[in-house]
Amino acid sequence: MSETGPPPRAIPRESLASRLIQAVAGLLDRPMAWIQRAVGGRGMAYVFLAPNILFFGLFVFLPIGINMAMSLTGGTNLFLSERPFVGTDHYRSLMQCGSYLDPASCREDHFWKGVSNTLKFTLFQMVAMVGTALVTALVLNRKIRGRGFFRAVYFFPVLLSPVVVALIWKWILQRDGLLNGAITLVGGEKILFFVEPGWAMFWAVFVSVWAHMGFYTLILLAGLQAIPADLYEAAEMDGTKPMRVLTRITLPLLWPNLVVVLVLVLIKAVQTFDEVFVLTGGGPGTATLMVVQYIYETAFANQVQNFGLAAAASMLLGAVLFALTMLQLWIARRKAA
Amino acid sequence: MAGLVLKGIAKSFGPVEVLRGIDLEVANGEFVVFVGPSGCGKSTLLRVIAGLEEVTSGTILIDGQDVTAERAAERGLAMVFQSYALYPHMSVYRNIAFALENMRLPREEIEARVRRAATMLRLTDYLDRKPGALSGGQRQRVAIGRAVVRDPKIFLFDEPLSNLDAELRVATRKELAGLHAEIGGTMIYVTHDQVEAMTLANRIVVLNKGRIEQVGTPLELYNRPANLFVAGFIGSPRMNLISGRVGPDGHFEMPGGALAQSGPFLPAGLAPGAEITLGIRPEHVLPAGGEAPDAILTVDLVEQLGSESYLYGTLPGGAALTLRSPLEDPARRGESLPVRFERHRLHVFDAAGLALRP
Amino acid sequence: MSRVNTSRALLLLRQARRPGRLGWTDILAYGYLALGVVLMFGPVLWLVLSSLKTPAALLEFPPSFLPLTQKTISVPGHAQPLELHRVRLPDGSVKELAQVRRIGIQATMIDPASPGGPVIRVPIEAREPVREVAFAWSNYTEPLKQFAFGRYFANSLVVTIVATLITLLINSMAAYALAIYEFRGRNAALLMVIGTLMIPITIVLVPVFLVVTQLGLNNSLWAVILPGAATPTGVFLLRQYMLTLPRDLIEAARMDKASEWQIYSRIVMPLTLPALAVLAIFSIMWRWNEFLWPLAVLTKSEVYTLQIGLNAFQGELQTQWHYLLAMTVMTLAPVALVFVFLQRFITTGIANTGMK
Repeated sequence: MSETGPPPRAIPRESLASRLIQAVAGLLDRPMAWIQRAVGGRGMAYVFLAPNILFFGLFVFLPIGINMAMSLTGGTNLFLSERPFVGTDHYRSLMQCGSYLDPASCREDHFWKGVSNTLKFTLFQMVAMVGTALVTALVLNRKIRGRGFFRAVYFFPVLLSPVVVALIWKWILQRDGLLNGAITLVGGEKILFFVEPGWAMFWAVFVSVWAHMGFYTLILLAGLQAIPADLYEAAEMDGTKPMRVLTRITLPLLWPNLVVVLVLVLIKAVQTFDEVFVLTGGGPGTATLMVVQYIYETAFANQVQNFGLAAAASMLLGAVLFALTMLQLWIARRKAA
Repeated sequence: MAGLVLKGIAKSFGPVEVLRGIDLEVANGEFVVFVGPSGCGKSTLLRVIAGLEEVTSGTILIDGQDVTAERAAERGLAMVFQSYALYPHMSVYRNIAFALENMRLPREEIEARVRRAATMLRLTDYLDRKPGALSGGQRQRVAIGRAVVRDPKIFLFDEPLSNLDAELRVATRKELAGLHAEIGGTMIYVTHDQVEAMTLANRIVVLNKGRIEQVGTPLELYNRPANLFVAGFIGSPRMNLISGRVGPDGHFEMPGGALAQSGPFLPAGLAPGAEITLGIRPEHVLPAGGEAPDAILTVDLVEQLGSESYLYGTLPGGAALTLRSPLEDPARRGESLPVRFERHRLHVFDAAGLALRP
Repeated sequence: MSRVNTSRALLLLRQARRPGRLGWTDILAYGYLALGVVLMFGPVLWLVLSSLKTPAALLEFPPSFLPLTQKTISVPGHAQPLELHRVRLPDGSVKELAQVRRIGIQATMIDPASPGGPVIRVPIEAREPVREVAFAWSNYTEPLKQFAFGRYFANSLVVTIVATLITLLINSMAAYALAIYEFRGRNAALLMVIGTLMIPITIVLVPVFLVVTQLGLNNSLWAVILPGAATPTGVFLLRQYMLTLPRDLIEAARMDKASEWQIYSRIVMPLTLPALAVLAIFSIMWRWNEFLWPLAVLTKSEVYTLQIGLNAFQGELQTQWHYLLAMTVMTLAPVALVFVFLQRFITTGIANTGMK
């Protein structure tokens, strides 16, 4: 190497994002070094954890306690100190029913209508969602030309906001919309989709499947692609028929993923609100009113804001979600084992 | 003055005792190698010295100061990791400079030090590159450069050559020896490879099951192993070890009969009837030639290496014996070969495995 | 005999399934995919086309596919441009005429080529409007002027960016603590993070509203930004990634006298960039599309985010679909752009993490 030549450049080149992080982090070097001297190297773990835990505490754990307290107090005031204790009144009025099979016979008929609608919605949606996602994943797992394109086609509605999704379909399904146009074109009669309860529920399920099916397809597709190719080759060597390959190899091996997807769909479906709310507004009447919409309206949208009743209803919903999540974790553990 | 003193170091991970009472002094400028089979605690001992693991009990002194409670960053040591642990997102320059930047040295000082280290390690042309764009040997040199530039009190090496191929390992070994001669720092080096230990060390520390078996210069360990473990561990192929007992008139008796037909065989002063293990290195077993043989070896296998050959065979009692021959083609499989043991090269170990020195 | 037949049939089947040829299952598969393209893309395409139609064209039934408008023509002697129609004349010939006026089922037309010529009266069934493709860009420009659409857009932008930055910072710090350190209470902290997975905002709507009110954040963008900033999914995603970083790197940095903050910011963060990018994209998606919580907490229209604004419009503008559709397209456009550029990245990210 020549001694007289210019010294080689030694300016480190790093990605812009990395340099940005470092520049910002550099500002905190000294304060953080000072904190480390105060709490010691090991204590820094708590310092790093603190902001997140503070947020969790403030917006998740504290609210659970408040929710409990709210559900046991009455009045229309938001602040707990101004609310009289009413015991389990809210829970009792939620549960007060002539017959649980008939929402109209309940004191909080909208709550029970919401429960029954949510159950219906969840059931239909689970079958439709997992069914279409599975079929789509199986099709996409074949040797398809342009698989990336088709995968993207099925996936992109996942990114759309629920409001946008609902408005897109509302526009298509309205009285003089594209679908009714097509129906009259083939000689049918216009259908008022949002006036007939059955159709409204159908489209609520359809639109939510349309919007989210791509996500579950991706998960199932990843599961399918994790099945070793040599299993299929071995089956082919054995002369196995395609249908048998599907039922004896593909589906059993995909089963764990399928169960995960089922539970995920379930957990999401129970909380359904936004697409349906924008699409039908819960109507016609209360035909597509969901539990979450009931909670939202009881607390925020009704003339009299009944925070206590809403809190009690959300405690009940929370109990259901807790049970479902436990189920999910249990399945995840069994899958890992 | 001792640069590093370890007093009664013990370390447990839960119920597992990894180090049990290690005492050691390392002088300034010394090159000490920790060697032992995997799981012997050598890497843990190095990490304890580095401050990356806390001791369960015991004291660590560096330059006379108790550093037991200090964290790694405060001890002023540098370490070369087995994986090199180069920061993949930083250039070679930034990798070497990182510690100096953390010490808040002035920019010119950092630049000068990095250049000096880079020149010494022939890295000047690669300062702009990321570690991913370097060969194994170059990465190794960056890792060393990162240690050198710090001017640390002690260099710690954790199996630094194990990720290199055989040829590069030999070359880098020589470079490390040269580096030690050049900068003269205290170095502590962990390896499971006894050739590295023998060639690099001023002193070798043999560890087994969390204890020090023997400390000494390479030749001390080779010529005067303190116990069966060291005898078996140092030297390749390993020392022949034959168990038996001391016979009357200094013969060695093993299950298939006695070694040597004429004259006393074992060193004087051994109690007759005592259970012992006899040790002899393969190069100290010779074909008897014209002389009276000590035993007849049945040859099972011949390895011809060109410059020398190894014979693997069985003694009449069934004990295995290896011998090294300078000849290209000393014997055939199945042949019976009269052999002779060099008397002054015999090692004798008592029933507890400790060397018996006359 | 029959055995020969089956083997021949099998042979045929094999031939049909040779690479390069399509079997019936392949045809079925491509058919399904084609249907999928129509069903998934069609509605969005329809939205975009409709958003470019004039109010008059939107009222048409059955609707036309492309945005069409009545073609008009200026005829000397008439102040206003006249509608152009294709007219079937009594003699059977077809001619393009301009309509002067229409009374009942009678239309009065003149030939634009001879403005001074005689007027022609035709029954309205005999004429058909001449139309041309025209995009009603005013659907897009008017809402920006008339309504606070720009404001909502800016609010959404602020919420998305600030919330994402906060999420990345605090989630990565927590993930770092949980991935790198052994400390008392680590398992408790991990359990806490798992616990929050079970508590979506839907079930703590009221109390979070109370907390936000107590903090004095009502009707400020912070009320939307802060509650969702710490996400359990983010902590998990980043922690999983950080666990794969070699421990040696962190120890080497510690030997290199780096402080714990420096190890986090100089070593771990840059090496976690891929996972951070995935979380950033998810956070952007969540925040841009968030609906229920902003709907509950934002009551003043100055602080509406885009989604809430759009929902409010759909209540107010039932009769003005042309604006509503255009605003829907504008709300969807940023997400669509992000998707076009990062499609592969997003889909593999989801497939690998299983989160949304």
